[in-house]
Amino acid sequence: MVRIIDRRFDSKKKSTANRQRFMRRFKRQIRKAVADAIDGRSIRDLDSGEEISIPSKDLSEPSFQHGKEGVWEQVFTGNDRFASGDAIDRPLGGGGGSGGGGGASNEGESEDDFVFQLSRDEFLDVFFDDLALPNLVRTELAKLTEFKTQRAGFTSDGVPTNINVVRSLRGAIGRRKALGAPLAARVREIDAEIEALEENAAAHIDEIKALREERSRLLIRIEAIPFIDRFDLRYNNRVRIPKPISQAVMFCVMDVSGSMDEQKKATAKRFFMLLYLFLRRNYEHIDVVFIRHHTIAKEVDEDEFFHSRESGGTVVSSALRLMTDIVRDRYPPGAWNVYGAQASDGDNWDNDSPICYQILDEELLALCRYFAYIEITTGEAQNLWRQYDGLTHHHPNFALQRIESFEDIYPVFRELFKKEPA
Amino acid sequence: MSDTVLERKTLPSGAEWTFEAIDQYHDEIARVAANYKLDTYPVQIEMITSEQMMDAYASVGMPVNYHHWSFGKQFLATEKRYKRGQMGLAYEIVINSDPCIAYLMEENTLTMQALVIAHAAYGHNAFFKGNYLFRTWTSPDAIVDYLIFARNYIAQCEQRHGVDAVEELLDSCHALMNVGVDRYKRPPKLSLAKEQARQSERENYLQSQVNELWRTLPTRETETTEKKTTRFPPEPQENILYFIEKHAPLLEPWQREIVRIVRKVAQYFFPQRQTQVMNEGWASFWHYTLLNTLYDEGLLADSFMMEFLHSHSSVMYQPNYNDPWYNGINPYALGFAMWQDIKRICQEPTDEDRAWFPDIAGSDWQETFDFAMRNFKDESFIAQFLSPRLMRSFKLFSVQDDDSKAKLFVSAIHEERGYRELRERLSNQYNLGCREPNIQVWSVDFRGDRSLTLRYQPYNRRPLGKSVEEVMKHLARLWGFAVRLETVQPDGSTTLTYECRKEKRRGDKDRHNGGN
Repeated sequence: MVRIIDRRFDSKKKSTANRQRFMRRFKRQIRKAVADAIDGRSIRDLDSGEEISIPSKDLSEPSFQHGKEGVWEQVFTGNDRFASGDAIDRPLGGGGGSGGGGGASNEGESEDDFVFQLSRDEFLDVFFDDLALPNLVRTELAKLTEFKTQRAGFTSDGVPTNINVVRSLRGAIGRRKALGAPLAARVREIDAEIEALEENAAAHIDEIKALREERSRLLIRIEAIPFIDRFDLRYNNRVRIPKPISQAVMFCVMDVSGSMDEQKKATAKRFFMLLYLFLRRNYEHIDVVFIRHHTIAKEVDEDEFFHSRESGGTVVSSALRLMTDIVRDRYPPGAWNVYGAQASDGDNWDNDSPICYQILDEELLALCRYFAYIEITTGEAQNLWRQYDGLTHHHPNFALQRIESFEDIYPVFRELFKKEPA
Repeated sequence: MSDTVLERKTLPSGAEWTFEAIDQYHDEIARVAANYKLDTYPVQIEMITSEQMMDAYASVGMPVNYHHWSFGKQFLATEKRYKRGQMGLAYEIVINSDPCIAYLMEENTLTMQALVIAHAAYGHNAFFKGNYLFRTWTSPDAIVDYLIFARNYIAQCEQRHGVDAVEELLDSCHALMNVGVDRYKRPPKLSLAKEQARQSERENYLQSQVNELWRTLPTRETETTEKKTTRFPPEPQENILYFIEKHAPLLEPWQREIVRIVRKVAQYFFPQRQTQVMNEGWASFWHYTLLNTLYDEGLLADSFMMEFLHSHSSVMYQPNYNDPWYNGINPYALGFAMWQDIKRICQEPTDEDRAWFPDIAGSDWQETFDFAMRNFKDESFIAQFLSPRLMRSFKLFSVQDDDSKAKLFVSAIHEERGYRELRERLSNQYNLGCREPNIQVWSVDFRGDRSLTLRYQPYNRRPLGKSVEEVMKHLARLWGFAVRLETVQPDGSTTLTYECRKEKRRGDKDRHNGGN
């Protein structure tokens, strides 16, 4: 009998440690690849991993080897035309076996990039790691909770409407049986004795009579066992458990007036994407609403949101009004966690900024879990910023940050969410 | 076992394997192998999944190994190619250990499992146990324990000194792995107990030796000066990693231990690199012979044989030089053909065979096999046993590629006057001394800048490949001072090929971060 060990169900992923070492080693390249991938993706397209390619020279493992020059002697198979002493053109056999001699390269290093698949989780990990906000992701967002009643077995106490008839009667039968059993046993005994005595009835009249009396007393006692007792009653138990609302809606509000160029939009996209990712870790279901605005606001799809361009002035309040309406209409805050993210270059029609303040202060912020405003600009703070700045004092769920370029976005995002109330 | 001989029942057939069926096949194969007097370690069969097979690939086929990114890279590469269908996985991996562990993949059909048992668990197993290289260089009873020790030790070092420091050290050691083996000297046997007991002792001792070597003795210098002006090392050293372990001035004890671990692992694999043709050929010969014997006994179904022969002949396929998929000589094909040929020479020698192999023509083939298996490696095996008949059937020819000439030159073909040269050429092709550059530790300037000088002895005017610079940087990291590489010219003079300078005695931190 040979020893056959079935290892198929042993711990899998024995190479995980090595894989992680690899990822760790090439973090820089992987990060870059992930960053590039983000540019090409829709902000909701986060369910797939990513193919990462690393230049093979970066991960070569050097060893002492011969170069290609010098004299090489090599033996080949399948001679079909050569005689000793022949001179032949390079390469031999149409490139088949030319080049490096026997085992000069045991790695078979190719010039191609080393390509491998990053799983979704790894992709997100790298992405979030890049943001340097792992702790942030792990902190739970404050969630709206509602209560749900749920069955939780049975209790012996409760209100009459909750009585469970089957359970109660089953208990009653058991109790009756249990209490009556010794009496019934005695009755059967008496029956047997009477039967025995009756064979000679004349001699035992008294005894039989005594037994009969005892028997009827016993029957009365059996009868006296209550059909149902308070003790038998069982009530359906219902408990209320808190149930977090697992759906969220995210509003992306962006200024698309002439001053927002492609660069600024790309920056804004990153920001929206981050927010989406962040919410994804917390909510099962997320709706995204895109609102773009210049002087009037409009709800659009993602493609139009990022790619069409209009010119004209800027009236931010139009977008905020639209958002308020949509929330009221479709996303009642009792059932949805509402998040708002607004990106703009800070230009606004002067008289409009106080109106924005007012909408946010009085209406919108009360509806939102969180509202973040980023201003993508290199210049001076604009009037909108100054107005918004005042909101931070009495609205803990409002935050604003300035972003000058791509690189700022991660620290800024972290900064924004630091303010998130626990 | 003799009971089973009496019952001549056909073994189970069909594609699906079961543990009982494997057990039955194993018993029969073991019985036949014993009849052929194959001397093997006890067999342990382990069933694994394809993913586990890729794991095993990644850790160079060992059941345990320390962690390193390069194994992760290997895994990712294998996984990708496997998933895209660009490669099949090996049907089996066999580990030179006692007991001999053979991994069988669950995807294999029953026929393949039987083939693999015959090939790995009896063929390779017997080779591991008998061949002189394996007997000399490996300790099959201790290797798994040693690797566990190594993994734990390295994990400990990572905790104590940081993953980065250990990773850098391993990178450098891996770069020098091929020049970290003793080619001729017999190493002491490995033993886990001894390793552990001695490890701390060795740390202290090694350090004291190094301290001794690099000590500056202002007061008693006069006494020792004369002795120390002799060159060091007294003779060139081929095992560069060993030299580093024993003499690198700045390494800390734990670093020396890791150098030693890498060296030991390299040494363990050294015989495998030198016996590929022989070993694969031997195992193929035996799976072929054992299964055919079972078939002759009437134990195997025809369907089994068809599948087996199909698989066997695909593995043994040798394309010609001008085929698009030609990729050198297939070691399975050459090895299998040679062993078959030796058997033929023993059993039905021709006049040519008698002239070329007077010793073995007509001898008992099993004894000849045993002798050949025990005492040769690829290089000597081919030099000794490659017959003219085989050269003809493979249509071997040898081509010289001299970069100073415009054309290639056919130096020998499969004809009367070419046989000996051809055989020598092919043998040389498997000589590690020719395949790998000959680089040795030449000297250490321990009175001056403490630099280490290596010498490269070119073979056939071949220069070193581009990777030499990277390797020298790794060497410099280990040595801690300047390192040089000299190349010996045809006229005997030497030229400086590469130099990697280091600042004298930088702080520990700098050294770890190895900014060179």
